[in-house]
Amino acid sequence: MIGIIHYGMGNIASVYNAFEYSGVPAKILRSPAEMAACDKYVLPGVGAFGHGMANLNSMGFSEGLQKYVAREGRPLLGICLGMQLLATEGTEFGRHPGLNLIPGIVERLPGEGLRLPHVGWNKTITVKANALIQAREDLPPYYYYVHSYHFKPEDAACVITRCEYGTSFVSGVQKDNIFAFQFHPEKSQKAGLEILKNFNEIAIPC
Amino acid sequence: MLTNRIIPVLYLMNGLIVRSESFNHFLVIGNPINQLERLSTWQADELIYIDITREGEHDMRRSDHKVQRRTDILELIQDIAKVSFMPLTFGGRIRTIEDVDMRVANGADKVAINSAVVRDPDLIAQVAKKYGSQCMVVGIDVKKEDGHYHVYAENGRVRTELEPVAWAQKVESLGAGEILLNSIDRDGKAGGFDIEIIRQIADSVNIPVIACGGAGAWPDFLEVLEKTHASAVAAGNIFHFTENAYPRAKKYLKSKNANVR
Repeated sequence: MIGIIHYGMGNIASVYNAFEYSGVPAKILRSPAEMAACDKYVLPGVGAFGHGMANLNSMGFSEGLQKYVAREGRPLLGICLGMQLLATEGTEFGRHPGLNLIPGIVERLPGEGLRLPHVGWNKTITVKANALIQAREDLPPYYYYVHSYHFKPEDAACVITRCEYGTSFVSGVQKDNIFAFQFHPEKSQKAGLEILKNFNEIAIPC
Repeated sequence: MLTNRIIPVLYLMNGLIVRSESFNHFLVIGNPINQLERLSTWQADELIYIDITREGEHDMRRSDHKVQRRTDILELIQDIAKVSFMPLTFGGRIRTIEDVDMRVANGADKVAINSAVVRDPDLIAQVAKKYGSQCMVVGIDVKKEDGHYHVYAENGRVRTELEPVAWAQKVESLGAGEILLNSIDRDGKAGGFDIEIIRQIADSVNIPVIACGGAGAWPDFLEVLEKTHASAVAAGNIFHFTENAYPRAKKYLKSKNANVR
């Protein structure tokens, strides 16, 4: 059962709908007590870093993620803000500590005169083989992005996909059982749904 | 590289999809739920639904459907969101933050607001603060009269004192994430987009501009992409003419090396 963490940052119905449409059992989790019964988690989210962390902390999900994901190794898929919160620190509206599940820092996309947020479909290059994205001719690697900040992981070995907007930036990471993408698989039509299906199918432990 | 988006716009009147001309004449296309299957084969970049139902008016000649109740639009959003996995924007008749809350809660990724923000620009900041700028699309309808462009509100019925470029910059400063720019003159005429105003607006702001109004043939889309800095091109009527209109538009654009997905 996939648990989608509901921590008040954006509409997560789309993530739930995407799993349901694909025939994958999923549940929306409103409290960390519900985490025990799930074997995988999705951390979605749109919005500001500080606000996201404040909610994860106050609701107890931060602790839950440390327990089930960091210590017990259950798979986690972070999406958009959910990817950024995995970092050590975010710099949006001040410096805020993140979950530190994948060391790194979150910074504003650089580039003078760049229209922000970066919004729309952009080509995504897989730089490291991973269980979630397989190259398929019928699924061109374009996904839907909407963000102004990006995650810079400390360890380059974590990087699985990159994208280009102004400069090349990291758009997907993996560290053992933790996967995360800057783009929205649930808003990326067939190519995105495929990622969610693959997340459901990965074996535990990773 | 970030691609330009091609976005179908579906106008809803009393719960049915219609096509419009100069915001005035409407012809029923069909039931939005029945259209969903067809739409999903298009694999569109995004979808924009605009509710252009006018309170107390019966434009429809059909007598067998009821006047839309407020809850209908929310149910419709839910139904669409369950099977559409691309960004969904809902606009039309959004007047308060509560109207926004309901649409987002039911599945809208973005809301498009026009008249309400002309009346109360602060609503832009309210929505941006609560949901993020990316959720807040400001609709700007323009008409050219006496050689000048004017901003219109109330579904093209009321001319405001606003000048389009200044207004576009103002909404950007208040937190708008995107601008949906519609040409009332070109709407439904299939005579091409108003390149001049699209260029002016797109060059005056640093947020994405979605150009709408006037698509008659695939080269019209190409013209917008080649001659302006619009980030996306939207069209209503043209995509209803044939079954494969949307995929054909993409095919044409790709054959001309346009930067589209």
